[in-house]
Amino acid sequence: MKYICLGYIEDKYFEDLTEKQQQDFMDSCFAYDEELQKNGHMIGGEALQPTNTATTVRQRGGKLQITDGPFAETKEYLGGIMLLEARDLNEAIQLMSHHPSIGMGGTFEIRPAADLDAMFEQSRLRRSSSNN
Amino acid sequence: MTAISQPINDIYRTESRRILATLVRLLGDIELAEDAMQDAFNEALNHWPVKGMPDNPRAWLISTGRFKAIDRLRRQAKFSTYAELPDDHQIDMQDDPALQDEQSIVDDQLRLIFTCCHPALSAEARVALTLREVCGMSTEQIASAFLQSTTTLAQRIVRAKSKIRQAGIPYEVPEQEDLPERLDAVLQVIYLLFNEGYSASSGENLLRQELSNEAIRLGKLLLSLLPNAEIQGLLGLMLLHESRRHARMDDDGDMILLEEQNRALWDKQLIEHGVALVEQALKSGEFGAYSLQAAIAAVHCEAESASDTDWAQIILLYDKLLELTPSPVIELNRAVAIAMRDGPTDGLKLLHQLQQQPALKNYYWLQSAKADLYRRAGDKQNALKHYQQALGLTEQAAEQRFLKKRIAQLS
Repeated sequence: MKYICLGYIEDKYFEDLTEKQQQDFMDSCFAYDEELQKNGHMIGGEALQPTNTATTVRQRGGKLQITDGPFAETKEYLGGIMLLEARDLNEAIQLMSHHPSIGMGGTFEIRPAADLDAMFEQSRLRRSSSNN
Repeated sequence: MTAISQPINDIYRTESRRILATLVRLLGDIELAEDAMQDAFNEALNHWPVKGMPDNPRAWLISTGRFKAIDRLRRQAKFSTYAELPDDHQIDMQDDPALQDEQSIVDDQLRLIFTCCHPALSAEARVALTLREVCGMSTEQIASAFLQSTTTLAQRIVRAKSKIRQAGIPYEVPEQEDLPERLDAVLQVIYLLFNEGYSASSGENLLRQELSNEAIRLGKLLLSLLPNAEIQGLLGLMLLHESRRHARMDDDGDMILLEEQNRALWDKQLIEHGVALVEQALKSGEFGAYSLQAAIAAVHCEAESASDTDWAQIILLYDKLLELTPSPVIELNRAVAIAMRDGPTDGLKLLHQLQQQPALKNYYWLQSAKADLYRRAGDKQNALKHYQQALGLTEQAAEQRFLKKRIAQLS
């Protein structure tokens, strides 16, 4: 099964660390990611730039609206996402519970990917019949 | 009732949970397995009166259920191109050795328990699902026991099942590495269930009290499937509590404190069984918080009277419990035990200190315990004052009645 793991962190975890400690932490994270890639569990993922780089696009009253943010009200923010391949939820939990950022105080929200193949196929049929 | 339907009813009663557990493994889905089992029993009602009982009714029912489920999936597949079909080799599996093998039947039940109690489900969902799937209670019965509407309960169970399916919660006994934590989630469900039934007063509906019995049955089942010290501890704890069920309330449904209970009403057999379990758990050296709480209950149960209680032993056990799971409420109970050993003045000193803790500041039981120690020390005025304070801190009718009675006795 495919799972998307949303990694949440807080800046305060890193504030008190020396540069060496920060490097060690990053090294352990990258090493673990590499391990997950090698054994086929990590099939994708990205780290995110801080929330102050975010831009929001929406439509309001028929007009396109582009704004700064959003800025979360909590101190915890989404720091990265990982696409994980796991046998089932137990394996996904086990794999993520060993991630070094958990030891640092971070949290992972593990969500199963939705399989939209059937829906996509139905939509494709609808679209091709309306084109004819 | 025909001659054969009675044996079918008996088989349903004794075997249906095991059959369901195995069908869940074979079919990979709880709902599908429930329908399959229903179909299989219906088929038995049609066939057995004509052809006679099969040699191994359980294997026959599992095999028939699996066949019926595949049939059901085939019919559905006609309407949906994308339904996945289980491979249908060996449709008649009556002779499958796995269906005769006691160990695999045991493993299936254990798998079902761990699935229903998975920590990724809410505590409420875990309790409802366990009662429905493992204990075989109907949705109506569960709703009535928890004083909730059948619709609410049914929805809770449906949502839990769909989370199991969508999130990929597996049907398996956790790996050794995860077992302590997962077992904890299972024990939590069982103890919650027990307390839900234990806190019911004698006037309340019997189904509610039935929850305690169900919890004890579950504890026994779990222990038979998975030998483990903490399961022994929890089962012991529940049996020791249960032994005092009829002594802890008077005819009006008012609480009677441990020291004032009529010990002749305690169930000796349950105590014996509970104490034996506690001893085994403690001897193993791998016990946890449930075993220690059970050991404390055992010391109380073995005392001839309140004044004969081995308070030194109880204090020692509370110390161990605090090491394992620090909690202000356990500290409070320990302080009361020290008062019983060393006298009310020492106890009051500790209680004054504990009151500084934010968690206990507005806790009715602390005020009530203080009042009780003042009463023992002969300080009527302070006793009254603290009973009054305690009364202002609890909303529970039974606790309020207890405090009012004390106040009336002192005034």
